[in-house]
Amino acid sequence: MSTLDIELRLLMEAIYLRYNYDFRDYTGASQKRRVVQAVRALNCESVSELQSRVLHDTDLFTQLLQFLTIPVSEMFRDPSYYACLRTEVLPVLKTYPSLKIWVAGCSTGEEVYSLAILLREEGLLERTIIYATDINPVSLDKARKGVFPLSRMQLYTKNYQEAGGKQAFSDYYTAAYSAALFDRSLCENITFADHSLSTDSVFSETHLISCRNVLIYFNRKLQDRALGLFHESLCHRGFLGLGSKESIDFSDYNRRFEAVDKRERIFRKL
Amino acid sequence: MTTLQPATLEILANRTMEAIVVGASAGGVDAMLHIFKGLPQHYPLPIIALLHMQETRESKLAELFQHHLNLQVKEATDKESIAPGTLYFAPASYHLSIEHNLQFSLSCEAPLHFSRPSIDILMESAADAYGEALVGILLTGANPDGAAGMRAIKQAGGLAIVQDPDEAEVDYMPRAAIQLQTPDMILRLGRINQLLITLGEQHVH
Ligand SMILES: C[S@@+](CC[C@H](N)C(=O)[O-])C[C@H]1O[C@@H](n2cnc3c(N)ncnc32)[C@H](O)[C@@H]1O
Repeated sequence: MSTLDIELRLLMEAIYLRYNYDFRDYTGASQKRRVVQAVRALNCESVSELQSRVLHDTDLFTQLLQFLTIPVSEMFRDPSYYACLRTEVLPVLKTYPSLKIWVAGCSTGEEVYSLAILLREEGLLERTIIYATDINPVSLDKARKGVFPLSRMQLYTKNYQEAGGKQAFSDYYTAAYSAALFDRSLCENITFADHSLSTDSVFSETHLISCRNVLIYFNRKLQDRALGLFHESLCHRGFLGLGSKESIDFSDYNRRFEAVDKRERIFRKL
Repeated sequence: MTTLQPATLEILANRTMEAIVVGASAGGVDAMLHIFKGLPQHYPLPIIALLHMQETRESKLAELFQHHLNLQVKEATDKESIAPGTLYFAPASYHLSIEHNLQFSLSCEAPLHFSRPSIDILMESAADAYGEALVGILLTGANPDGAAGMRAIKQAGGLAIVQDPDEAEVDYMPRAAIQLQTPDMILRLGRINQLLITLGEQHVH
């Protein structure tokens, strides 16, 4: 094992013991890249120096967290995923008197607002509670605000239309300087909360879980843990949506879900 | 048929390579078809290829290459264990890495050199995972991506091979790599093809 690999392992152990954030079962290559970037950006000589500073400095840990998590998202990312939710999943969910949806690893909220728009257009938003969870408090704060860069709206509008959007996308936000402020009424039933797929347990029964581009950062063992939580949280015949290149093929849970749409990575609990 | 020069053969002798990674951008489809031509179905090493393409969600590369080759060709999937005799293509819109346990992993960090997937990211992780048992090959392209990756492979003791820029359809990528770090070999496509065949024949488990 290289010195760097030893340092990385010790850092993750230190973070776990000190802050109870468990990054020990994340995939190594991407984690290594991001820690090396953090070492540079936070003016440390080595991972070991970063470790000793992080142990004593909570604020620095919050900064490091911005590297350890991957706060990248996009509204209506993979439009066909949302189109599939609209045509295959929501018609089934409509048969329930009330709905609970969990967006796990919601990052800065783009996915949650996309879902809320979809639900509004299908007449379901009023009877739905959305739990939007993440481990990064800075991302959760941004998500709560619902303010996204205006410069992204061109892409998001295109995505929205490709996802079968029924209105003008600009109906959902107000432009102010370089920002797009999303309609507050979209998030009346959204609860943003801190929740970790690596250390926390199930908190509610849900009808649909959307967890996109989070499992790729986990090794198979941690993917299994997360899929176990999803399986436990979902109601009978509940739905699970993953990122466009994520799969459950390498987990034993693949026998406990069936594919609704294989290409869109939308599954249903058996 | 192109034959390898004695100097090249000497470099190959006494080395056991375990994997091959190949990167290219503009002109890369033809160049890759050329170097993989004639590799047998049971080729003893895995080949991991990354070709910059327009960002589309579904890449048709695996299908296209399968049509022309005996190797098994597929798109790399997250947490899949790497198997010999297979040519893997990096999927679109995600970075592809190789883990120490020789599984693939995907990630969606920001693009590098305007590229996601990035050759540097793939090659640096591959160098970390395979060390001196890795062959890195960089071909034609109009982008500096891959230069740092090739340097990482060389520094980890692997074998770094760059396409002869004079032959490359676009010489920017191979020149950038050669400038950053002198590779072990600078070869034309025919020779790279011959070298891959020889590597397969020489391979001992
Ligand atoms: C790449 S973002 C995905 C954002 C969004 N779901 C999407 O697909 O656009 C990954 C998110 O997963 C979160 N995350 C990482 N580890 C987590 C864990 N153990 N539990 C919950 N969320 C986690 C990160 O904080 C980050 O916001």
